[in-house]
Amino acid sequence: MNKMFMSLRTAADRERFLADEQAYCTEFGLTPGQQTAVADRDWNAMLDLGGSIFYVYKLAMLDGRSMQYLGGVFTGMTEDEFVAALRSGGRING
Amino acid sequence: MAELIWGLATSHVPSIGSAMDRGKTQDPYWKPLFDGYQPARDWMARHRPDIVLVVYNDHANGVDLDIIPTFAIGTAERYQVADEGFGRRPVPDVVGAPDLSLHLVQSLMDEGFDLTVFQQLDVDHGLTVPLSIFCPDPGDAWPCAVVPLLVNVIQYPQPTAARCYALGQAIGRAIAGFDSDVKIAIFGTGGMSHQLAGARAGFINPTFDHMFLDAIENDPQSLAALTREDYITQAGSEGIELIMWLVMRGAMQPTIQLVHSTYHVPASNTAAALALYDNRAPQGI
Repeated sequence: MNKMFMSLRTAADRERFLADEQAYCTEFGLTPGQQTAVADRDWNAMLDLGGSIFYVYKLAMLDGRSMQYLGGVFTGMTEDEFVAALRSGGRING
Repeated sequence: MAELIWGLATSHVPSIGSAMDRGKTQDPYWKPLFDGYQPARDWMARHRPDIVLVVYNDHANGVDLDIIPTFAIGTAERYQVADEGFGRRPVPDVVGAPDLSLHLVQSLMDEGFDLTVFQQLDVDHGLTVPLSIFCPDPGDAWPCAVVPLLVNVIQYPQPTAARCYALGQAIGRAIAGFDSDVKIAIFGTGGMSHQLAGARAGFINPTFDHMFLDAIENDPQSLAALTREDYITQAGSEGIELIMWLVMRGAMQPTIQLVHSTYHVPASNTAAALALYDNRAPQGI
């Protein structure tokens, strides 16, 4: 899965991924669970199934999602709430 | 002989580069951060090095999980700016300094640091954002040559802080033995406290950060004694990037002179800092 995310560095592969995500996932040998996590954009599941954040983030960028959006997903907040938490000094007791 | 004239410690958050690329540095969100940089930028512009040694980590752009070098150095004549997934940053490609790179490879190997050698490498925001912090308007070319030195901080097990500090000390000796009349600066990049993934995302620890900012100048040995678990617990999973500041610090003199420092929360998901040190301070006995 990380290797697949890594491939999204090239514009040609980004287009190929978007044209047929499932085939692309199969080509990289993702497990059924990983394929579902990618298809559902289940970011927590991607981490649980071995995704490393800098790799997973490449898929988020392709979707136009920010690291703040992901931070919200990971912590049960909206993106705006997460941004506000950082602007107030961060989750110091996190 | 070569001279190490100053060291810059700085965060390398991609959105700091993005704010510069998109002309947003005067927006209310970003202005305090960039205002904090200005005294350091003014000083660095008056003390231009010929070569900068940038200690940084790649973020799945020039290096992937197929090969994970603990410490690596670039020896190329040029380094392309990486496409990190959204096209490359609109900044110049990086001109290398192969003579210094090869001298460092040999000197460090002789001291027992078996660095991986990159003869080709795309450089990501970990390297280009610190260059932009140093030089915001490079035009067609950066003002100096660059040697990239990479540290694995994203895949367990990362090197220890003590090993990073020792590597820096060996780099300091190697620079002192480089038979060329060049002025060199060293960047330690990454940090400060932050965690990107998981339930602890958004973690910031200003108490640790301020302790670190004081100790990196005055008591780096105490930071070298911390374990990777200490760093991750105290500074967050990505806060362990701070071990790269110890490479910079190890290369510098025992006594250094603080030129300017600034600390700001947040830069996207992180606490960000900059600290600039003159390496030409008088040494005590």
